[in-house]
Amino acid sequence: MRRLLMSMAAAALVVACGAGAFAADKLKVGFIYLGPRGDFGWTYQHEVGRQELAKAYGDKIETTFLENVNEGPDAERSIEQLARTGHKLIFTTSFGFMDPTVKVAKKYPKIFFEHNTGYKRAENLATYSARFYEGRYVQGQIAAKMSKTGVLGYVGSFPIPEVISGINATILGAQSINPNIKVKIIWVNSWFDPGKEADAAKALLDQGADILMQHTDSPAAMQVAEQRGAHAFGQDSDMIKFGPKAQLTAIVNNWAPYYKERVQLVLDGKWTATDTWGGLKDNLVTMAPYTNMPDDVKKLAMDTQAAITSGKLHPFKCPVVAQDGSTVECKGGTHLDDGQILGMNFYVKGIDEKFPGK
Amino acid sequence: MGLLEAIILTIISASTPLLLAAAGELVVERAGVLNLGVEGMMIMGAACGFAGAYFTSSTFVGAACGALAGVGLAATFGALTLGLAVNQVAAGLALTIFGIGLSGLIGAGFVGERIAAAPVLALPLLTSLPFAGRILFGQNAFVYLTVALVIGIWWFLYRTRAGLILRAIGDNPISAHALGYPVLKIRMLAVLFGGACAGIAGAYLPLAYTPFFVPGMTAGRGWIALALVVFASWRPGRVVAGAYLFGAVSILQLYAQGAGLAIPSQLMSSLPYLATIVVLVVISRARSSGGSAAPASLGLVFVPDR
Amino acid sequence: MPLVLERRAERSAAIALASPLIAIALTLVTVAILFAAIGKSPIAALYVYFVEPLTDGFALQEIAVKATPLVMIAVGLALCYLANVWNIGAEGQFLFGALSGSAIAVYTHGTAAGAWVLPAMLVAGALGGALYALIPAICKVRFAASEILTSLMLVYVADFFMDYLVRGPWRDPAGYNFPTTADFDPVATLPTLIEGGRLHPGSIVALIVVAAAAIMLARTIQGFEIRVVGAAPKAARFAGFDANRVTLLVFAISGALAGLAGIIEVAGPIGNLRPGISPGYGFTAIIVAVLGRLNPIGILIAGLFLGLTFIGGEGAQISLKVPLDLTKVIQGLLLFYVLACDSLIVHRIRVVSSRKGAHGAA
Repeated sequence: MRRLLMSMAAAALVVACGAGAFAADKLKVGFIYLGPRGDFGWTYQHEVGRQELAKAYGDKIETTFLENVNEGPDAERSIEQLARTGHKLIFTTSFGFMDPTVKVAKKYPKIFFEHNTGYKRAENLATYSARFYEGRYVQGQIAAKMSKTGVLGYVGSFPIPEVISGINATILGAQSINPNIKVKIIWVNSWFDPGKEADAAKALLDQGADILMQHTDSPAAMQVAEQRGAHAFGQDSDMIKFGPKAQLTAIVNNWAPYYKERVQLVLDGKWTATDTWGGLKDNLVTMAPYTNMPDDVKKLAMDTQAAITSGKLHPFKCPVVAQDGSTVECKGGTHLDDGQILGMNFYVKGIDEKFPGK
Repeated sequence: MGLLEAIILTIISASTPLLLAAAGELVVERAGVLNLGVEGMMIMGAACGFAGAYFTSSTFVGAACGALAGVGLAATFGALTLGLAVNQVAAGLALTIFGIGLSGLIGAGFVGERIAAAPVLALPLLTSLPFAGRILFGQNAFVYLTVALVIGIWWFLYRTRAGLILRAIGDNPISAHALGYPVLKIRMLAVLFGGACAGIAGAYLPLAYTPFFVPGMTAGRGWIALALVVFASWRPGRVVAGAYLFGAVSILQLYAQGAGLAIPSQLMSSLPYLATIVVLVVISRARSSGGSAAPASLGLVFVPDR
Repeated sequence: MPLVLERRAERSAAIALASPLIAIALTLVTVAILFAAIGKSPIAALYVYFVEPLTDGFALQEIAVKATPLVMIAVGLALCYLANVWNIGAEGQFLFGALSGSAIAVYTHGTAAGAWVLPAMLVAGALGGALYALIPAICKVRFAASEILTSLMLVYVADFFMDYLVRGPWRDPAGYNFPTTADFDPVATLPTLIEGGRLHPGSIVALIVVAAAAIMLARTIQGFEIRVVGAAPKAARFAGFDANRVTLLVFAISGALAGLAGIIEVAGPIGNLRPGISPGYGFTAIIVAVLGRLNPIGILIAGLFLGLTFIGGEGAQISLKVPLDLTKVIQGLLLFYVLACDSLIVHRIRVVSSRKGAHGAA
C-alpha cells in the first residue's frame, strides 16, 4: 500500500513538472490585483479584461493572477514570484505597486512589465492608464441637465490627482450647461467600503444633492440613489443592476483591448515600453448605455462623447480658471497638457469646497 | 424629510450592526469568556446570510442562515476554549482569520448579485407621524430585533436567576462550580448566543444596509463591537449609548464634510476612536472603587476540578 | 458528559515535543482533504504550500523578510502577555515607530547628511513606538482603563495620523500628488545582505532581540518580575514587585520593538513611507506570540513557520490557481490544531461515567 502511495506521489510530481515544462511553450502572462477580483469595481474590471484575454488567445497563453496583494513589501515579492515562475509579461494594476514594479523590473531586464496608473518607466517597464476624465466631462453635462436642485453629490475616495481631475472634469462639463452648478464632496478615505459609501451617499442626498457621482468602487451609492429616487453614475463597471431606475450611465473601464494588443506585441516580438493613456477614442474608457434620461439629454451626451472621441472637444480646454481665480497656464496649446492633468492638485472655479490638504 | 430626521435615521442604520454584535459579545464576556472572533463570525454571517436570502428571496431565511453561520463558528471556538481549555485570545484571533477566509470562499460566487433589501416594517398611522414617525416606526426588522434583544438581555442579566448565575460564573467560576452550577455548559450557551448575534449583525449588512455582497464588507465592525463592550463597562444600557455615539460620530463627520467644514478628513475619521478612549478614561476615573469593571474571570481559563 | 478535561499533575513532556508535529500532521491531512474536495491534487498542494518555499533560495530569503517584523513584535508582545498585560495595539505602535523614524529621513532628504541618519532613524523609531505604547499603559495605571480597548483604538488613530502626514506635510513634491514620501536617500536605507535577494540586517536585529529576550526572561530579575506579576499577582505584591511599574516597562519594551520593526520595514524592504506599510503585522504577531508559547525561541520558530505559510500560499495562487482565501482558511485551521494540541500538554482527556455526583460539593 505504501509503495502504491509513493509511486502515486512520484507520478503526481512528475506530471506537475511535466506540465510546467509544457507550459514553457506558452506565453505566461501575470496579473497583480490590489483587491479581490470579485469587488465589482476596479479589480473586477481588470479580471474581466484578463478573462477576455484568456478566451481570445486560448492555448497560446496561460494567465495567472494574484489578488489581494497588499501595496507594501508583499507586493515586491508577489511580482518577483511571477517573474521567477516563467511569466514573461506582468501587469500590476494599481498605483501603489509602482515602486515594487520598478525594483523588480530592474532585476529582470528580459521580462516585460506594465504598470497601471503610474508614471515611472524603464526599458522593460511600460505604463498604461485611461482618461477617465473624458467620461467625467460627459457625466457632468448629463448631471447638469438632470439636476433639479443644481447641486451634485460626489463620493470621493482619496484626494489624489486622478480623483481631482475627475471632479474638475465633471464640474467643467456641468458648467458648460449650468454655470452656477454646485457640488458637495465627501471623502470616505477608502477605495472600497460599501457601508461608508452608502452613508456618504445618504448624507449628500440629505444635504441637497440630487445626482450622485462616485470615485469609489462599490455599488452602494447607486443603491442609495435607487432607494431614494435620485439619479447616479456608476463607476468602473456598469451598475445598472443595482440602480435600474437610478443609473444614468457609468464609466466602464475596458482593459481587454489593451491587454490583447500588448500580448500580441510580445508574441510578435515587437513589445516596447510605451506610455499609453487612452480614452474614449481608444475604447479604454467606455460609457454604459445612457438610460433613465429624456432623449434630448441622451443626444447631448452622445454628441459630446463623439466630440471628445474625435478630438474636437477637450474637457480641459483653455482657459481653465482655478478656485482662487487665477488662470492656469495653458501648457498644451489649446488645452492643459498631460502632465498638468496627471498632477492636478487644485479645484476649478465653481467648487466651493476647500481643497483637501491645503 | 428634515435634515435632522435624515441624520438620525442614518445613524440608527449605521449603529444597528454594532449594537447587535456588541450586545451578544456582552453576554459572552459577562460569562467570563473573551471571544475576539467577532469579526470572523460577522463576515461569515454576511456571506451565509446573503446566500440564504439569495436562494429563497426571504430576509428571514437570510438572517437565520447568518445566525447559524455565527453559531457554527462560535461552536468551534467553544469546543477549543471550553472543551480543550485553549487560550481564548489566540483562539479568537484564529477564528477571525478562518472566518474571513471561509467567507471569501463561500461568497465568491455571489459577487455582483443583488437581492431586495429588507422591507421596512411600516405601521399604518404611526409611521406617517411627523419627525418621530419614521424614526420610531419605519425601520426594518433588524432594528426592532436589536432593540428587543438589548432589552431582553438587560432583563435576563439583572432580573432573572439564570442571568444572576451567568454573572456569577463570570466573576468567580470556581465558587460557582463548587456550588454545583454547570459552568462550562452555561459558558458554551453564552458563546453560542454571542455567535448568533454576531451572525445576524453580519447578515444585516448585505441584507438591509447595502443589499449586495462583497468579500470583507464588514470592514472592521467586529473589532468596534468588541471595543464597545469594554467601553460600556459590560452594561447593556451603556452598550446602546456607545453604539449610537460611535455611529453618530462616524456619520456626522460625513455630513460635516458635505456641509463644507474644512477639517482634515483623517481627523474626522479618527474622532470616533479618540472619543471612545476619552469617554473610557473619564468613566474609569469616575468609578470610585478604581479597578476595572470587567467580569473578574474574563479571559481566564477555567477547568473544573473534580 | 462522558469526556472530561482535567489538569495534569505536571506538564507532559512527550506531548510538549509531539504537539507541534501532531498539529502539523492534522493540518496536512485537512489540507489534503480540502484540495481533493475542490478537485486539485493534494500532493501537489502540500508540496507547494510547505516544501517548495524551502527549496528555493529566493523564497527562503522572503520567509526571513516576512518573519522579521513578526518575530520582533511578537517577542515584545510575549513580555506583555506574560505579565498579564494585553497589548492589542502593536499594529499602531508599528506605524507610529515607522513614522517617527521616517521623520528624520524626510527632513534630511536631499541634504548631505552623513551616516548618522540610519542609526538615528532606528532609535527614533523605537522611541516613537515606546512612547505611543505608553499611552495605553498610563491609561491603565492611572485611570484603570482597559488596555485592550485603548491600545486597539490607538491603532486606528495611528493609521489616520500617518495617512494625514503622507498626504499633507510629508508628501513627495515630485510625486504627482500621490500619497508617498520621497524615496529615502541611500544613507537612510538599510542595505541588503545577499546580492539579488531582499534579506536585510533587520533579520539579524530580530535574532538579537530573540536572544536578548530569552536571556532577560530566564536570567534577570526583571524577567522574573515580569513572569511573577503575570502568574501570581498576590505573590508578586508580597515580594515587593510593583505591578504598575512592570506594566509601564513591558508596554514600553513592546512598543519599542514594534516601532523598531516598523522603521526597519520602511527603511529596508519598502524604501519610503506610504499608507499600507503593514498588512496587519501587529495582529499576526499576536498569533505568533501565542503559537510560540510566549517563549522567544518558540516565537522565532512560529514566526518562520507562519512566514512559510504566507509564501507557500502565494506559490499556491500562482501554480495551483487557488484563491488567497484558501490560505487564510488553512492558516486558521493550523492555529486551531496547534492550540488544541498544545492544550493537551497541560490537560488530559478522561472518560468518566456520566454520574452527576462529581459536581456535588460534598
